[in-house]
Amino acid sequence: MSLYALIFYTLGAVILGATGLAITRRQVMHAVVYLVISFLATALLFYLLGAPLLAALEIIIYAGAIMVLFLFIVMMMDMGKSPESPGAYLRQWLPALLLGGVCLAVTLALLLGDSGAGAPLKSASASPLAFGRFLFERYWFAVEIASLLLLVALVGAWYLGRRDEDTEGP
Amino acid sequence: MVAMVPYSHVLALAGVLFLLGAACAVARRNLVMILIGVEVMLNAAGLALVGASLFWQQLDGQVLVIFIMAVASSEVAVGLALIVYSHRRTGTVNADDYNLLKG
Repeated sequence: MSLYALIFYTLGAVILGATGLAITRRQVMHAVVYLVISFLATALLFYLLGAPLLAALEIIIYAGAIMVLFLFIVMMMDMGKSPESPGAYLRQWLPALLLGGVCLAVTLALLLGDSGAGAPLKSASASPLAFGRFLFERYWFAVEIASLLLLVALVGAWYLGRRDEDTEGP
Repeated sequence: MVAMVPYSHVLALAGVLFLLGAACAVARRNLVMILIGVEVMLNAAGLALVGASLFWQQLDGQVLVIFIMAVASSEVAVGLALIVYSHRRTGTVNADDYNLLKG
Protein backbone atom coordinates (compact mmCIF):
# COMPACT_ATOMS: atom_id res chain seq x y z
CA MET A 1 0.00 0.00 0.00
CA SER A 2 1.50 3.27 -1.09
CA LEU A 3 1.64 6.38 1.05
CA TYR A 4 -1.14 7.99 -0.99
CA ALA A 5 -3.46 5.07 -0.35
CA LEU A 6 -2.65 5.21 3.36
CA ILE A 7 -3.48 8.93 3.44
CA PHE A 8 -6.70 8.28 1.52
CA TYR A 9 -7.95 5.61 3.89
CA THR A 10 -6.98 7.67 6.95
CA LEU A 11 -8.84 10.71 5.62
CA GLY A 12 -11.81 8.55 4.70
CA ALA A 13 -11.97 7.17 8.23
CA VAL A 14 -11.76 10.71 9.65
CA ILE A 15 -14.54 11.92 7.34
CA LEU A 16 -16.87 9.04 8.14
CA GLY A 17 -16.15 9.21 11.86
CA ALA A 18 -16.65 12.96 12.10
CA THR A 19 -19.83 12.86 10.02
CA GLY A 20 -21.20 9.94 11.99
CA LEU A 21 -20.56 11.81 15.23
CA ALA A 22 -22.07 14.98 13.75
CA ILE A 23 -25.39 13.49 12.71
CA THR A 24 -25.94 11.81 16.07
CA ARG A 25 -25.22 14.78 18.34
CA ARG A 26 -28.11 16.10 20.35
CA GLN A 27 -26.75 19.64 20.40
CA VAL A 28 -26.69 21.31 17.00
CA MET A 29 -23.60 23.30 18.01
CA HIS A 30 -21.57 20.12 18.57
CA ALA A 31 -22.81 18.73 15.27
CA VAL A 32 -21.63 21.82 13.41
CA VAL A 33 -18.17 21.64 14.98
CA TYR A 34 -17.82 17.96 14.06
CA LEU A 35 -18.98 18.78 10.56
CA VAL A 36 -16.22 21.38 10.22
CA ILE A 37 -13.71 18.60 10.91
CA SER A 38 -15.40 16.46 8.26
CA PHE A 39 -15.22 19.25 5.69
CA LEU A 40 -11.56 19.96 6.47
CA ALA A 41 -10.74 16.30 5.89
CA THR A 42 -12.76 16.41 2.66
CA ALA A 43 -10.71 19.39 1.53
CA LEU A 44 -7.51 17.43 2.14
CA LEU A 45 -9.00 14.57 0.15
CA PHE A 46 -9.76 16.94 -2.72
CA TYR A 47 -6.14 18.04 -2.65
CA LEU A 48 -5.02 14.42 -2.70
CA LEU A 49 -7.30 13.69 -5.66
CA GLY A 50 -5.76 16.49 -7.69
CA ALA A 51 -8.02 19.48 -7.15
CA PRO A 52 -6.09 22.11 -5.15
CA LEU A 53 -8.42 24.96 -6.09
CA LEU A 54 -11.45 22.97 -5.01
CA ALA A 55 -9.69 22.12 -1.75
CA ALA A 56 -9.24 25.82 -1.03
CA LEU A 57 -12.83 26.55 -2.02
CA GLU A 58 -14.08 23.69 0.18
CA ILE A 59 -12.37 25.24 3.20
CA ILE A 60 -13.47 28.77 2.35
CA ILE A 61 -17.08 28.04 1.37
CA TYR A 62 -18.07 24.90 3.26
CA ALA A 63 -15.97 24.96 6.42
CA GLY A 64 -15.86 28.74 6.48
CA ALA A 65 -18.97 30.41 5.16
CA ILE A 66 -21.68 27.78 5.39
CA MET A 67 -20.74 26.43 8.80
CA VAL A 68 -20.34 29.94 10.24
CA LEU A 69 -23.81 30.70 8.89
CA PHE A 70 -25.11 27.62 10.69
CA LEU A 71 -23.37 28.73 13.89
CA PHE A 72 -24.92 32.19 13.65
CA ILE A 73 -28.38 30.73 13.21
CA VAL A 74 -27.90 28.29 16.09
CA MET A 75 -26.73 31.10 18.36
CA MET A 76 -29.52 33.38 17.19
CA MET A 77 -32.41 31.01 17.79
CA ASP A 78 -33.64 29.44 20.94
CA MET A 79 -33.57 25.75 20.14
CA GLY A 80 -35.45 24.88 23.28
CA LYS A 81 -34.46 21.88 25.30
CA SER A 82 -34.18 19.75 22.13
CA PRO A 83 -36.26 16.89 23.51
CA GLU A 84 -35.26 14.45 20.83
CA SER A 85 -32.48 12.03 21.36
CA PRO A 86 -31.20 10.47 18.16
CA GLY A 87 -32.37 7.02 19.14
CA ALA A 88 -35.85 8.06 20.23
CA TYR A 89 -37.50 7.30 16.92
CA LEU A 90 -35.57 4.12 16.29
CA ARG A 91 -38.66 1.95 16.08
CA GLN A 92 -40.20 4.25 13.50
CA TRP A 93 -37.33 4.17 11.08
CA LEU A 94 -36.05 0.69 11.73
CA PRO A 95 -37.57 -0.58 8.43
CA ALA A 96 -35.95 2.31 6.57
CA LEU A 97 -32.68 1.50 8.25
CA LEU A 98 -32.93 -2.14 7.18
CA LEU A 99 -33.80 -1.28 3.58
CA GLY A 100 -31.08 1.35 3.40
CA GLY A 101 -28.59 -1.14 4.83
CA VAL A 102 -29.51 -3.67 2.16
CA CYS A 103 -29.09 -1.02 -0.55
CA LEU A 104 -25.75 0.01 0.91
CA ALA A 105 -24.52 -3.58 1.09
CA VAL A 106 -25.49 -4.24 -2.53
CA THR A 107 -23.89 -1.01 -3.69
CA LEU A 108 -20.67 -1.73 -1.84
CA ALA A 109 -20.58 -5.26 -3.17
CA LEU A 110 -21.06 -3.98 -6.73
CA LEU A 111 -18.49 -1.24 -6.39
CA LEU A 112 -15.79 -3.16 -4.58
CA GLY A 113 -16.34 -6.35 -6.58
CA ASP A 114 -16.12 -4.59 -9.92
CA SER A 115 -12.86 -5.52 -11.57
CA GLY A 116 -13.09 -2.87 -14.29
CA ALA A 117 -12.74 0.05 -11.91
CA GLY A 118 -10.23 -1.79 -9.78
CA ALA A 119 -7.16 -0.29 -11.38
CA PRO A 120 -5.48 2.27 -9.12
CA LEU A 121 -6.00 5.89 -10.03
CA LYS A 122 -3.06 7.75 -11.50
CA SER A 123 -2.36 10.81 -9.46
CA ALA A 124 -2.63 14.07 -11.34
CA SER A 125 -3.22 17.65 -10.36
CA ALA A 126 -5.20 20.35 -12.11
CA SER A 127 -3.50 23.69 -11.63
CA PRO A 128 -5.85 26.57 -10.80
CA LEU A 129 -4.79 28.30 -14.01
CA ALA A 130 -5.78 25.38 -16.24
CA PHE A 131 -8.93 24.85 -14.24
CA GLY A 132 -9.98 28.50 -14.56
CA ARG A 133 -9.30 28.54 -18.28
CA PHE A 134 -11.34 25.37 -18.75
CA LEU A 135 -14.18 26.73 -16.62
CA PHE A 136 -14.51 30.05 -18.39
CA GLU A 137 -13.97 28.71 -21.89
CA ARG A 138 -16.31 25.73 -21.82
CA TYR A 139 -18.79 26.56 -19.12
CA TRP A 140 -19.09 30.36 -19.18
CA PHE A 141 -22.84 30.21 -19.65
CA ALA A 142 -23.29 27.95 -16.64
CA VAL A 143 -21.16 30.37 -14.61
CA GLU A 144 -23.55 33.16 -15.58
CA ILE A 145 -26.53 31.05 -14.53
CA ALA A 146 -24.83 30.24 -11.21
CA SER A 147 -24.23 33.93 -10.57
CA LEU A 148 -27.91 34.59 -11.30
CA LEU A 149 -28.85 31.81 -8.88
CA LEU A 150 -26.71 33.38 -6.15
CA LEU A 151 -28.35 36.75 -6.78
CA VAL A 152 -31.82 35.20 -6.51
CA ALA A 153 -30.78 33.44 -3.30
CA LEU A 154 -29.53 36.75 -1.90
CA VAL A 155 -32.79 38.50 -2.67
CA GLY A 156 -34.82 35.58 -1.33
CA ALA A 157 -32.88 35.40 1.91
CA TRP A 158 -33.23 39.15 2.39
CA TYR A 159 -36.96 39.01 1.73
CA LEU A 160 -37.54 36.12 4.12
CA GLY A 161 -35.27 37.51 6.80
CA ARG A 162 -36.54 41.07 7.07
CA ARG A 163 -38.52 42.04 10.11
CA ASP A 164 -41.66 43.79 9.00
CA GLU A 165 -43.96 45.05 11.72
CA ASP A 166 -46.90 46.70 9.99
CA THR A 167 -47.55 44.20 7.23
CA GLU A 168 -48.15 40.52 7.61
CA GLY A 169 -44.95 39.65 5.78
CA PRO A 170 -44.48 37.14 2.99
CA MET B 1 2.44 9.31 -11.78
CA VAL B 2 1.86 7.68 -8.45
CA ALA B 3 -0.63 4.87 -8.13
CA MET B 4 -3.38 5.51 -5.64
CA VAL B 5 -6.54 3.76 -4.53
CA PRO B 6 -9.01 2.37 -7.10
CA TYR B 7 -11.89 4.59 -8.14
CA SER B 8 -14.40 2.17 -6.64
CA HIS B 9 -13.06 2.92 -3.17
CA VAL B 10 -13.65 6.63 -3.73
CA LEU B 11 -17.18 5.82 -4.88
CA ALA B 12 -17.76 3.59 -1.86
CA LEU B 13 -16.62 6.34 0.50
CA ALA B 14 -18.87 8.87 -1.24
CA GLY B 15 -21.78 6.42 -1.11
CA VAL B 16 -21.44 5.79 2.60
CA LEU B 17 -21.12 9.53 3.23
CA PHE B 18 -24.24 10.16 1.15
CA LEU B 19 -26.15 7.56 3.13
CA LEU B 20 -25.07 9.19 6.40
CA GLY B 21 -26.40 12.52 5.13
CA ALA B 22 -29.65 10.94 3.97
CA ALA B 23 -30.11 9.26 7.35
CA CYS B 24 -29.53 12.61 9.06
CA ALA B 25 -32.05 14.36 6.81
CA VAL B 26 -34.68 11.66 7.29
CA ALA B 27 -34.31 10.71 10.93
CA ARG B 28 -33.66 13.99 12.71
CA ARG B 29 -36.55 16.22 13.71
CA ASN B 30 -34.63 19.46 14.09
CA LEU B 31 -34.88 21.61 10.95
CA VAL B 32 -31.25 22.73 11.21
CA MET B 33 -30.11 19.11 11.43
CA ILE B 34 -32.17 18.29 8.32
CA LEU B 35 -30.33 21.04 6.45
CA ILE B 36 -27.00 19.71 7.72
CA GLY B 37 -27.94 16.32 6.28
CA VAL B 38 -28.55 17.91 2.90
CA GLU B 39 -25.13 19.56 3.12
CA VAL B 40 -23.47 16.24 3.83
CA MET B 41 -25.21 14.70 0.81
CA LEU B 42 -24.03 17.50 -1.49
CA ASN B 43 -20.52 17.11 -0.15
CA ALA B 44 -20.58 13.38 -0.89
CA ALA B 45 -21.67 14.09 -4.46
CA GLY B 46 -18.76 16.49 -4.84
CA LEU B 47 -16.35 13.85 -3.56
CA ALA B 48 -17.59 11.34 -6.13
CA LEU B 49 -17.24 13.95 -8.89
CA VAL B 50 -13.67 14.84 -7.97
CA GLY B 51 -12.79 11.16 -8.00
CA ALA B 52 -14.43 10.75 -11.41
CA SER B 53 -12.50 13.75 -12.69
CA LEU B 54 -9.28 12.02 -11.72
CA PHE B 55 -10.44 8.67 -13.06
CA TRP B 56 -11.14 9.96 -16.58
CA GLN B 57 -8.47 12.68 -16.45
CA GLN B 58 -11.06 15.28 -17.46
CA LEU B 59 -11.75 18.58 -15.76
CA ASP B 60 -15.53 18.47 -16.19
CA GLY B 61 -16.09 16.77 -12.86
CA GLN B 62 -14.24 19.47 -10.99
CA VAL B 63 -16.22 22.13 -12.83
CA LEU B 64 -19.42 20.47 -11.68
CA VAL B 65 -18.18 20.63 -8.08
CA ILE B 66 -17.92 24.42 -8.42
CA PHE B 67 -21.59 24.54 -9.40
CA ILE B 68 -22.50 22.19 -6.56
CA MET B 69 -20.83 24.64 -4.18
CA ALA B 70 -22.80 27.54 -5.67
CA VAL B 71 -26.06 25.62 -5.36
CA ALA B 72 -25.21 24.51 -1.82
CA SER B 73 -24.46 28.01 -0.63
CA SER B 74 -27.62 29.48 -2.11
CA GLU B 75 -29.65 26.58 -0.74
CA VAL B 76 -28.23 27.14 2.73
CA ALA B 77 -28.90 30.87 2.58
CA VAL B 78 -32.53 30.46 1.58
CA GLY B 79 -33.06 27.42 3.80
CA LEU B 80 -31.72 29.10 6.91
CA ALA B 81 -33.77 32.21 6.15
CA LEU B 82 -36.85 29.97 5.90
CA ILE B 83 -35.99 28.32 9.22
CA VAL B 84 -35.57 31.70 10.92
CA TYR B 85 -38.85 32.86 9.42
CA SER B 86 -40.80 29.82 10.54
CA HIS B 87 -39.17 30.03 13.97
CA ARG B 88 -40.35 33.61 14.21
CA ARG B 89 -43.86 32.62 13.19
CA THR B 90 -44.30 29.46 15.24
CA GLY B 91 -41.62 29.62 17.93
CA THR B 92 -40.21 26.17 17.23
CA VAL B 93 -37.73 24.48 14.92
CA ASN B 94 -38.97 20.98 15.59
CA ALA B 95 -40.51 19.44 12.49
CA ASP B 96 -42.99 17.45 14.57
CA ASP B 97 -44.56 20.63 15.92
CA TYR B 98 -45.75 21.80 12.53
CA ASN B 99 -49.09 20.03 12.74
CA LEU B 100 -51.48 22.88 12.05
CA LEU B 101 -53.31 20.92 9.37
CA LYS B 102 -53.82 17.90 11.60
CA GLY B 103 -57.52 17.18 12.16
